[in-house]
Amino acid sequence: MARFGMVIDTVKCVGCTDCVVACETENNVPVGFARDWIEQIAIGKFPDTHVEIRSERCNHCSEAPCVNCCPTGASHHSEFGGVVLVTHNECIGCKACIESCPYGARFVHPEGYIDKCTFCIHRVKEGKDPACVSVCPTHCMHFGDLDDPNSEVSKLLQKRKHHSLLPEAGTSPNIFYLT
Amino acid sequence: MTYLSRRRFLKISGASIIATAALSSAGGVVKGAKKLEEKTGKKIKGIQKIPTYCSMCFWKCSAIAYVKNGELWKIVGNPEDPLSNGRLCPRGTGGVGAHYDPDRLKAPLIRKNERGEEKWVQVTWDEAFEYIASKMNKIKKDYGPESIGFFSHGIGGGFFKHLLKAYGTRNIAAPSFDQCLGPRDTAFEITYGDVIGGPERTDIENAKCIVLFGSHIGENMHNTQVQEFAKAVERGASIIVVDPRMSTAATKAKYYLPIKPGTDLALLLTWINILISEDLYDKDYVKKYTFGFEQLKAEVSKYTPEWAYPVTGIEPELIRKTAHEIARFIPSALVHPGRHSVWYGDDTQRGRALAIINALIGSWGRKGGLTNQDVFDIPSYPYPPYPEPKRQRADNPDKKYPFGGAEGYTTGLREATLTGKPYPIKGWFVYGTNLLYSLPNTEETIKAIQNLDLLVVIDVIPSEIAGYADVVLPEAVYLERYDELFAPYFKQPFVSIRQPVVDPPNDQKPGWWMAKQLSEKLGLQKYFPWKNIEEYLDTRLKSAGLSLAEIKKKGVIKGPEIPLNLEEGFEPEFETPTGKIELYSTVLAEKGFDPIPKFTKHKDPPAGYFRLLFGRAPMHSFSRTQTNRLLDNVMNENEVWINADVAKKYGLNSGDYIKLKNQDGVLSNKVKVKSTERIRTDCVYIVHGFGHNSRMLKGAYLKGASDSQLITKYKIDPLMGGTGMNVNFVTFEMEV
Ligand code: SF4
Ligand code: SF4
Ligand code: SF4
Repeated sequence: MARFGMVIDTVKCVGCTDCVVACETENNVPVGFARDWIEQIAIGKFPDTHVEIRSERCNHCSEAPCVNCCPTGASHHSEFGGVVLVTHNECIGCKACIESCPYGARFVHPEGYIDKCTFCIHRVKEGKDPACVSVCPTHCMHFGDLDDPNSEVSKLLQKRKHHSLLPEAGTSPNIFYLT
Repeated sequence: MTYLSRRRFLKISGASIIATAALSSAGGVVKGAKKLEEKTGKKIKGIQKIPTYCSMCFWKCSAIAYVKNGELWKIVGNPEDPLSNGRLCPRGTGGVGAHYDPDRLKAPLIRKNERGEEKWVQVTWDEAFEYIASKMNKIKKDYGPESIGFFSHGIGGGFFKHLLKAYGTRNIAAPSFDQCLGPRDTAFEITYGDVIGGPERTDIENAKCIVLFGSHIGENMHNTQVQEFAKAVERGASIIVVDPRMSTAATKAKYYLPIKPGTDLALLLTWINILISEDLYDKDYVKKYTFGFEQLKAEVSKYTPEWAYPVTGIEPELIRKTAHEIARFIPSALVHPGRHSVWYGDDTQRGRALAIINALIGSWGRKGGLTNQDVFDIPSYPYPPYPEPKRQRADNPDKKYPFGGAEGYTTGLREATLTGKPYPIKGWFVYGTNLLYSLPNTEETIKAIQNLDLLVVIDVIPSEIAGYADVVLPEAVYLERYDELFAPYFKQPFVSIRQPVVDPPNDQKPGWWMAKQLSEKLGLQKYFPWKNIEEYLDTRLKSAGLSLAEIKKKGVIKGPEIPLNLEEGFEPEFETPTGKIELYSTVLAEKGFDPIPKFTKHKDPPAGYFRLLFGRAPMHSFSRTQTNRLLDNVMNENEVWINADVAKKYGLNSGDYIKLKNQDGVLSNKVKVKSTERIRTDCVYIVHGFGHNSRMLKGAYLKGASDSQLITKYKIDPLMGGTGMNVNFVTFEMEV
């Protein structure tokens, strides 16, 4: 089975939020909510400040607490690339998953179910990149199968220094940031 | 139009704005009227893809708009477009929100009460045109046609420009010149006989070393520049950023020079001196193409790194090292000429220094430098000639600013309106520019407006300037209209089309239609001989061997490729008096200005004050996108960047709200503090365009602070009349 993930180059990202806006239109995300967002982290003293700009979203964790804690099985790993999804009509809106996610990736959709990034699975099934990846003007985002050593994402991870978010949480996130 | 008369005399101030077909739908943005369904009476199914060029900023990328089941769904880049290369910026992607913006102007309005009170009577288009035409006829009779002025931003203003020239005035001005890139282009014109232009001729993609002076590419989201910059970063190009604030671009730099604001010219002159005195410049290039090297050498010899250190705050070693770094990459080094360059009033001279250093490193006409550009030549429509105005332009009498823009001079036009000299200006047309935000010192603008007999504002949202208008004409957004063809000077000549993707949700109309209608009321119909815009566009396209049908399908048609640089066989020619790149400017000497730039010192902020700097955010354009709910979603207010040590001293934390008070006691709206290690201690920074106080802009009302409000002071560039605006100082007001 494939393991879908993203590799995002923080060196190239300019934090423009095009990825966020594209997700909103592609997926009709209601105004006031977002499935992805930008973090700008500044460390150090001016002018020797180091800044990392990151486009963040659900990490589609391999060890996903949100899946493990879901009482109805609405939150699950898809057969398709291990993408973490929520089946809307099985979700009772108990919010356990929101509590359990260390990344703040989930929100309650105004229609009552829990929503979050789907890796644009509807696009990926058509052989396209997720919307955010496809619009990024700096080409800093890459999507693919992390289990395939010949995929672009795997090669980038072999070549470049990288990190993931909160590895200590033990969630095995599938989004990696090149530094 | 029956539904209009039913609502005609509704006042639409504040919350009483007319109910519209806008419904809040569960999925996403507020949906507009499904016009197509109304027309056909049945549900429209499926997806249509319609190419059109963007108008969210003025870069004008070509896009493909997706209409799903009759409603605008999403917009992506047109892969054929040499500007976007198939990828838009966040504003382009968020253009969907412009169509669905619930705060849009919806029908023509005529002012009811005092100017600025935002009280209106809704009228029919015919009534609006009647009103405007009768006022214009009276102004023509009493004062002459030159007494109407036009301020315009954006390609759609072209039809009004045409109308007003036909009417008999040439008092036409653009803030995009005098309040933006004017000094830069003037400087390059003086030096090279040609401008940098927009889209800029910068070959960032191939540059091995890129120097940015305050130019915040990545926050200034001009798409092609950002894409090329990202490629340069990936290639490992050496990037040097000079900026008092650690911009996004600065975070990618090999060398970040946190320069003291207002001293860029000192650093530039010192670099020029190092390049010359250490024999690092491109000798063959300078010998072949430039004029005045010896004078330059003598003039700059006094600008040593040791001299520059206390002036700029940059250590001599770092100044030397960065000069050597630039020299190391000759002939593929580029000192970016910037864009927004109205900073301190000596901006054309700073632009000259930028032009000179680019000559020393031989960048003009070089791969990775400043490339050749050409245009897809589309003959203009064969209109009858315009009447010759009887009086010279009012904006720059006696050529007070000898290098003032050929396109007219904004604050000069405002001045003429205020003083009635050299003759009274009694009417303004304002297209697509929120003058209260784009010109410095709003008080002066408001005072000038009080002298007008007619102020017509054409816009898509009720901008602050619309609040002062006598007549407001609501334009259809770019996704709902045809517009002029776009064929800019660029390294790949092309022509692109803007065409309607969806219908306007209410009674909004395209600018071309308004201008044509008005021409009939004014008896100027012979200047609009075409039946409709399709006929106009097709006529122009046919005269270039193309057709409307073809371009409607493709969106973009490319012209032949051109040689871009010396390496590809381009041989530059310089239309200066000497035929060379003028390091020593003969025209400046002749007009009595410094033929070689000299450093001038600017006033420091008094104790307890900070220099107010402003710039852009990637997801907003000027003051025109804050009500776009998709873009509001990613940035809904601006923050004031304050150095962390300074913030601490004042007991301020990120997230606190304060007000800014300028040297003249003007107080801003409340604004959120961003305490940060990304800015110097002697300045603060806010993103331009926020802090709206038009009550009709509900989505943006009082969100953040407006730099324009605080820019009461400005310093005029004596060469070309641009307004240096980085000369205001602010202090913090803790009470909000
Ligand atoms: S679109 Fe690309 S460059 Fe822009 S914020 Fe997202 S990841 Fe970064
Ligand atoms: S990021 Fe959060 S929502 Fe996404 S899989 Fe991991 S725990 Fe679940
Ligand atoms: S840079 Fe962005 S807003 Fe400007 S034209 Fe291109 S896509 Fe539109």
